[in-house]
Amino acid sequence: MSSSDASLSASFDWSSQTAAARRRKRHAADRRLQLCGIAAITVALGLLAVLLISLISNGYRAFVQTMVTIPVYVNPDHVNADDPARGNYRAIVAQSLQALFPDVTDPAEQRLLGQILTNNSQFFVRDRVVADPSLIGRTFELTTPAADPFDQLEKGVIRRDLPESQRRVSDLQIGWFDKLKAEGRISTPFNWGLFLNADSRFPELAGLSGAIVGSFYALLVCFLISFPVGIAAAVYLEEFAPKNRWTDLVEVNINNLAAVPSIVFGLLGLAVFLGFFGLPRSAPLVGGMVLSLMTLPTMIIVTRASLKAVPPSIREAALGLGASRHQVITDHVLPLALPGILTGTIIGLAQALGETAPLLLIGMNAFITAPPGGLLDASTALPTQIFIWADSPERGFVDRTSAAILVLLGFLVLMNGIAIFLRQRLERTW
Amino acid sequence: MAGYAFILILFMSLLAFYIGRSAGNRFHVAAGRDTHSLPGYHGAFVAVWVGIPVLVLVLLWLGLQRPVIDQLLIASLPDAMTAGADRAQLSLYISEIRNVASGRIFAEPTEAIRIAANSLVRWEALARWAMLVVAMAVMLVALIIARSRLTPRFRARNAVERVLSGLMIFCSLVAILTTLGIIVSLLYEAWQFFRLVPVTEFLFGLRWEPQIAIRADQVAGQGAFGAVPVFTGTLLIATIAMLVATPIGIFTAIYLVEYANERTRKMVKPVMEILAGVPTVVYGFFAVLVVAPAVRQTGSLVGLEISPNSALTAGAVMGIMIIPFISSLSDDALKAVPRAMRDGSLALGATRGETVTKVLLPAALPGIMGGILLALSRAIGETMIVVMAAGLIASLTFNPLDSVTTVTVQIVTLLIGDTEFDSPKTLAAFALGLVLFAVTLCLNVIALRIVQKYREQYE
Repeated sequence: MSSSDASLSASFDWSSQTAAARRRKRHAADRRLQLCGIAAITVALGLLAVLLISLISNGYRAFVQTMVTIPVYVNPDHVNADDPARGNYRAIVAQSLQALFPDVTDPAEQRLLGQILTNNSQFFVRDRVVADPSLIGRTFELTTPAADPFDQLEKGVIRRDLPESQRRVSDLQIGWFDKLKAEGRISTPFNWGLFLNADSRFPELAGLSGAIVGSFYALLVCFLISFPVGIAAAVYLEEFAPKNRWTDLVEVNINNLAAVPSIVFGLLGLAVFLGFFGLPRSAPLVGGMVLSLMTLPTMIIVTRASLKAVPPSIREAALGLGASRHQVITDHVLPLALPGILTGTIIGLAQALGETAPLLLIGMNAFITAPPGGLLDASTALPTQIFIWADSPERGFVDRTSAAILVLLGFLVLMNGIAIFLRQRLERTW
Repeated sequence: MAGYAFILILFMSLLAFYIGRSAGNRFHVAAGRDTHSLPGYHGAFVAVWVGIPVLVLVLLWLGLQRPVIDQLLIASLPDAMTAGADRAQLSLYISEIRNVASGRIFAEPTEAIRIAANSLVRWEALARWAMLVVAMAVMLVALIIARSRLTPRFRARNAVERVLSGLMIFCSLVAILTTLGIIVSLLYEAWQFFRLVPVTEFLFGLRWEPQIAIRADQVAGQGAFGAVPVFTGTLLIATIAMLVATPIGIFTAIYLVEYANERTRKMVKPVMEILAGVPTVVYGFFAVLVVAPAVRQTGSLVGLEISPNSALTAGAVMGIMIIPFISSLSDDALKAVPRAMRDGSLALGATRGETVTKVLLPAALPGIMGGILLALSRAIGETMIVVMAAGLIASLTFNPLDSVTTVTVQIVTLLIGDTEFDSPKTLAAFALGLVLFAVTLCLNVIALRIVQKYREQYE
């Protein structure tokens, strides 16, 4: 052994076959590791790409909506001008549709014909007539969403070449639909309903407005609680607190709280806010309170970091001029740390916006067809709305869910963008 | 009414601030440099005196009003109804009275209930107005007292700063209160559960069938609360997630630290962070929409029967979610290894690969382990992916192609919907939550300790 060591140091033939082979092997191992790294990154980014592409390829369809425009004759036989809210509008819609297809006389076929329009068309007619009773006895053009199967047909999701028994629309219905299309009665405008309507059992009518308003209220409550409390706690811990067992405990506690599973916060909200204090279920107030408890650790950690970044010379200068420690904080340190705090706040709120599990437990997954009017009204939030729609069996809800996810991701990108902008614009390094 | 109270408090505080500040201004004009505090502090002093006590009072009032009125209602019911009634019966009376009072009448209420409902309406109106009047009176008294204490020599600033310090201490206690709230509520509800189901059955029982029938004497009225299948399901899914995430995360970190140039690093890192920022409900939908069908098709190609809610799908998607946690923590750990060790290894002629595997990884191992433990805790506590992609039936299996259920799935399914607070079903969810909290807390504490300790070594 020792003799070979000696020969190695003395006269090792670096260019011999064996040495070259060994070198090649070592370099191959190096390259293998590098390739593993590249492969890992490719897999991770590829999965992200698959995620986004599948969402976009499903979701883009929900941003347009197939609409049918038909002339509606408001037959005075079915509506009483004195009380237009109680008319038989179902019959009015059915008759108007049949007027377009005079050759469809069989009642069963007439029923099939009626399925082209969304179920709520009669209510749209009613709303128009109630708003303008002079329409009674006249004909007006009504543009109403097509029912979900026909929406899917128009968008090419339901394939025409499938056997009739395997699709949700019959050949007869396709024929009628194509005739309407040939007459120019079918259009696919941008789907404002996705943003303006509240939830509905019918995919063609379901929209996100209730969820957006609910999320807004919940985030507002979350901000109003976690922002001041987080800053105050961070200022105390960073600037005033003595270093002792208690403050250590608080610190460890905050770090742990940041890693507690979100559903546990849901359990806390359920037991304390709903069970003990008797606050209403499904309310954005409770949702916001639960989210604020979750955001608080993030807020405190971020605020402490930006307080730390303010150089001590500024504090010392202010103290030297006779300011009290509180004045130093409120008049000098906090304004300088504010950009960093704001950035952290926005990122914390973005996390809270995407949080679902705690909201499920306090009941913000209710089916509610109107946007909430206040903090105590039952409501949903964006992520829980996504959860509800993902569970719905209709094909149209797959598109809606993807579209809702795109909207949620859009809000997240917007918030993160603002945070990055603030950081670049306002943050200083000393 | 509570809203009006808060607006009133806000208005009165502003008014108090204005009064105090104008007093301070006058002191300044009269006494000049002899005044101790700036006028704003005089204003803040009066505002704090007016605002904070009454705010606490109103919050207490709002919290206590309902229980007190409930007690009064119970007391007002005739003895024949309340004698011998247990808590559940009494709370049933209360909810009936409240329903009648708010006009939701389904059956004709009895005379006693109707009288109680009438007095409920009366008392609530009384309580609302009383709250406003009392709040107003307290604020006026506080305003007079605080204003009378203002003099040119009065140390308003010190008083205000003491209050501010108190507020800040209270705010930093909120974190502790939250933890306490979690522990107390979980322990309390779990304790209620363990009075119905013995702890040993919960921890070691092999059957988890929490369906409770509507009537106690029906079949399956008992339910079975042996949580072992739920625990094994959770472990199975978390293991699959870790098997997916750990190699990808560590290799990514190695590449980014050791091989990648500055530009690649700058591009890849933020994109990886997007993976962490995507809401988990989105991953859940992705699992159901894309991954589950793909896994099933692949399985049927090779002749495997894969259930639609396989543990494999849920675990794999969870793994994707966890990649960035592992990669960024490993990244930190690898970077924390001192430059000299890396340079020394390279100077001796080792390739980069040898430097990574023989020097950097062993040195960074504790930090990486800490990261993996944190990620594991996250995998165990993750909810939405498994709620949407994993199964509901607890089966005792380690086959990743089968459908299993997890602790978080069971918590959500037990608690979604209108469940009363004292059924074993609801309480079982809290017992599961307690286990989840305890396990993730232990993992977190260990992981945070490891990460911190390791960081200190080289600093």
